[in-house]
Amino acid sequence: MKQKIALGFILLLVIGLMMSAGCSKKQVQPDGSAIGTIDPFDLAHERALSPEEEAAKRRAIEEQLLMDEQHLTDEQKRQAMLRQQFVTEDIYFGFDQAVITPEAQEVLRNVAEFLRENPRVSMVIEGHCDDRGTAEYNLALGERRALAAKAFLMNMGISGSRLMTISYGEERPKDPRKTEEAWAKNRRAHFVIR
Amino acid sequence: MMTVFYGFRNRLWCFVLGILLSVMLPNVPYANAQYDYIDITKPFLRKIPIAIPVFKAINGTAPERETGEKGAEILSDTLAFTGYFSLLDRKAFLVDPQKAEITLEGINFRNWTVSGAELLITAGVVIHDDILHLEMRLFDTFQQRMIVGKKYTGAPEDLRKIILRFAGETVFYLTGNRGIFDSKIAFISTGTGHKEIYLCDFDGQNVRQFTHHNSITLFPAWSSDTQWIAYTSYAQGKPDLYIQHVKKKRGFIVDKDGLNSFPAWVPGKFELAATLSFSGDQEIYLLSGEGKIIKQLTNNKEIDVSPTWSPDGKKMAFVSRRAGSPQIYIKDVENGNVRRLTFQGNYNTQPAWSPLGDKIVYSSMDRSGLNISMMGVDGSGPIQLTHKGSNESPSWSPDGSMILFSSTREGPSRIYVMTAFGGDQRRLLSLPGEQSNPRWSNSVGDHWD
Repeated sequence: MKQKIALGFILLLVIGLMMSAGCSKKQVQPDGSAIGTIDPFDLAHERALSPEEEAAKRRAIEEQLLMDEQHLTDEQKRQAMLRQQFVTEDIYFGFDQAVITPEAQEVLRNVAEFLRENPRVSMVIEGHCDDRGTAEYNLALGERRALAAKAFLMNMGISGSRLMTISYGEERPKDPRKTEEAWAKNRRAHFVIR
Repeated sequence: MMTVFYGFRNRLWCFVLGILLSVMLPNVPYANAQYDYIDITKPFLRKIPIAIPVFKAINGTAPERETGEKGAEILSDTLAFTGYFSLLDRKAFLVDPQKAEITLEGINFRNWTVSGAELLITAGVVIHDDILHLEMRLFDTFQQRMIVGKKYTGAPEDLRKIILRFAGETVFYLTGNRGIFDSKIAFISTGTGHKEIYLCDFDGQNVRQFTHHNSITLFPAWSSDTQWIAYTSYAQGKPDLYIQHVKKKRGFIVDKDGLNSFPAWVPGKFELAATLSFSGDQEIYLLSGEGKIIKQLTNNKEIDVSPTWSPDGKKMAFVSRRAGSPQIYIKDVENGNVRRLTFQGNYNTQPAWSPLGDKIVYSSMDRSGLNISMMGVDGSGPIQLTHKGSNESPSWSPDGSMILFSSTREGPSRIYVMTAFGGDQRRLLSLPGEQSNPRWSNSVGDHWD
């Protein structure tokens, strides 16, 4: 039962993401002049949920879970497996490099295939760096890595409008140790389904 | 007289000059141009021995005595922070500060020169009707001359503020420079589990949290008038540029596609440079203080980040990968010329242009890791200033006499301070979590009070 709920939860997330992918895309102003004003400085929206709100939220999720469980199909299960395959698989880069290696190309081909089979899905490509460099430069380098992966996928025929990029620079290491092995793991692009 | 402030080799020359000066400036108690005690452009400055006895409790009451002891502590710590002075041990003083006179006429300077003091600060405390009166005087013990004297009145809890003000006078009369004592420092700390911006005084005191985004917040930058801090935050899920008023709850956000990051204010203006990548390519732009693009400053397919301005705002140093590795370049904003500054090694980043205009500090990576280096604005003579741990994010004090940076030399990343020549390296503060990205403000003036 526990396993079933867990699986159901994953699939729920998947379905939810697929449903939201089509409509939640951020609108970008054509002249690039997206300038907000004061609102985000109002810290009210950052307050934590009260215990009652948390509980209510949790209840709501659980109830929905049971309903969605009944609607699982084999096809959705297959998609979830495929998704799992490359969502856990990153592509890696050399030091101070944003060049797509042959190994990375293999992974990107799988990603492209998945995106072709699921035309309603869009994806965020995260660019990351090891922490040996300096923070500013790494934030820029991380973006180059994400953009390099995006360019490769676009060359494979995927529309750029389905591919968002974000750089985390050295802020989100996969392995926090300071070893060659850890650094190599951290110089990566990571794929997240939206 | 002046002989005591210079090394042996200069003694004779200075002695002659000293006589001339003392003849030229007879009986002038507050000679304005006496900045020759400390030349902050000299790399190997000899620390001037200074005596700061406990302040005299004029009425001898307990609050006066307590304030006098605390005051002498604060003043000693503040002046020691600059690296210009060596503080003499109070236990070795020949004078009982509660009995001795504190004015020029009453002081027996021989007692102080014998102890090795070349400078002396005396102070008298009166606390009456819950009002604090402080008289403070700086003396040249060899010349037996008062360099500066001031009288302050305030609330007893203003003690630190008053003393910082007199420390500022002291440094001004000795160096010709207004000093750093009413500057602030912005930095990033992970104390809450998130990277947030914190502010503190020049010496690491009075720490307070400035942002509460519960996200990743990075790269604080002060405007010249210290009213605004620009920074990068992921509060909306991606790296956006925030331009926030320090005191009021207002500001602007630049949240175009891609990166909106690495702000650097143009000196004396409500304008800043920042890297934006909405075009699909990272370029540095000049923005108004409201975040609107004024013009594009770089045009290159590769990474362009980390702008820093010359004090006159006419030139901008920045980091570019245009030659295949991160190197520092200078752009003349008026004629558009760009020239490369760094040629040693293949990783030179984070330039910070000295407020005096002549130097750029930066972080440089080689096999031993990241270190802070300094060069002339023509790229001449790079010198490495740090040698232990990973060192990054250099930031100048507003008078160009000190440099803040972050280092992992003691394990976790912490903020350190050193003189402009790499001397007296020490930790600025101790806080939970890790600290990074320190940025020194100009003098904040009275608008902070």
